[in-house]
Amino acid sequence: MNAFVAVLRRDLLLALRDGAGTWTVLGFFAIAVAVFPLGVGPEPQVLARIAPGVLWAMALLAALLSLETLFEADYRDGSLEPLLSGALAPELLVLAKALAHWLATGLPLAIAAPVLGIFLNLPTEAMPVLLASLLLGTPVLSLLGAVGAALALGARRATVLLAVMVLPLSAPVLIFGAGAVESAQTGLAATPSLLILGSVALVALAVCPVAAAAALRQAVE
Amino acid sequence: MAAASAIKAIHQTMLRAAQPARFVELSGMLIPWVAALGAAMFVAGLVDGLALSPPDYQQGETVRIMYMHVPAAWMGLFVYALVAGLGGLGLVGGHPLAFAAARAAAPLGAMFTAVCLITGSLWGKPMWGAWWVWDARLTSMLLLLFLYFGHIALSRAFDDPRRGDKAAAVLGLVGCVNLPIVKFSVDWWNTLHQPASVMKLGGPAIDPSMLWPLLLMAAAFKLIFFALWLVRTRTEVVGARLRAAASRSRMEGER
Repeated sequence: MNAFVAVLRRDLLLALRDGAGTWTVLGFFAIAVAVFPLGVGPEPQVLARIAPGVLWAMALLAALLSLETLFEADYRDGSLEPLLSGALAPELLVLAKALAHWLATGLPLAIAAPVLGIFLNLPTEAMPVLLASLLLGTPVLSLLGAVGAALALGARRATVLLAVMVLPLSAPVLIFGAGAVESAQTGLAATPSLLILGSVALVALAVCPVAAAAALRQAVE
Repeated sequence: MAAASAIKAIHQTMLRAAQPARFVELSGMLIPWVAALGAAMFVAGLVDGLALSPPDYQQGETVRIMYMHVPAAWMGLFVYALVAGLGGLGLVGGHPLAFAAARAAAPLGAMFTAVCLITGSLWGKPMWGAWWVWDARLTSMLLLLFLYFGHIALSRAFDDPRRGDKAAAVLGLVGCVNLPIVKFSVDWWNTLHQPASVMKLGGPAIDPSMLWPLLLMAAAFKLIFFALWLVRTRTEVVGARLRAAASRSRMEGER
């Protein structure tokens, strides 16, 4: 457990000291969302109609943007190998790093989303559901991203490769995340979508660390 | 006891057949026969499906698209399961032939999935009035195609081909979650795509005059895949041996 906390603290410290990571992701999220009113026009009804999908899709892309660095620095400077053979099981190492990634990117994205929702004229009633769906969904993106980032370590064109791998797998999160917000917006119950999102998160929590750990072992072989 | 020793004997035989040299020899003998049988069944299935079988009472002549569309869809799913299984086998057993076979099969599976999507689109226009709708079956099948793309790209993205094989194997296993979603999407969601009428509880709900050409085409697709897969795996194996021989002769030249 101590090792888990140590890895978590180390990665969070690195993210905080660097600082740029979180702010770049948030900046990308805000700019990407702001592109839509410019493209589809400023009609409030149209914007409110597409708001759940736009916010969710752009949060997905913003999270994707930050994935490449998840293991890359440790892989390059050689610290990944001792980390993998250290006291902490590789699966827990993945979990610690994914948690740190989520705290540094997913959580800020979820908190920023309602503010950007105002831009898109999303009704206030839908805001709590937007926040809840992102809080449930962004951890899945960090976990799936950990698998993708571990698989792409040392690959040519890793960035594009990562998108090709992670985007199809994150489709359920996008569908049910945006679906929950849309139901809340149209006065339907959002709970079913949120429950499915929660179950997707639990499956990802069980499967992804194992898959990512297997990929990391291959990478340092 | 007898069953156990029989399984052991079969396993031994398979292992022998999977030795690269033996595989090249065996597949060389098999390929012409499998290809010829597949081509014959393909022609027979086409004639039966396009000319002899009756038009549908609702869909008319367009129902004949089914004889390409459904077998291609089955193959798309089957080959993905095969690729994932071979990858898993390679990860656990470390047999290089399993990885070569997976690498050879993935683009073929992507091709079948693409054929399924294209023929489905051609069928959707006259029946639904749209080339494409975002219902659960179509979306999950499109995601299957993207998963194939990821697998193909990842397996070829590393300087060390072994690393690419292993990484793609892990991705293939993770992507398996999509297979039940494709299969059951028509039951779980209210889709425009029709529900299963062949592989369902209580037997097929399709007339024998249409079931036969469909099964004939399905068998033809499987044989054609098998022939192409053998050719591609053989090429992978021979290519690996050529590369090994080339690097050996280079090293000897330097000495």
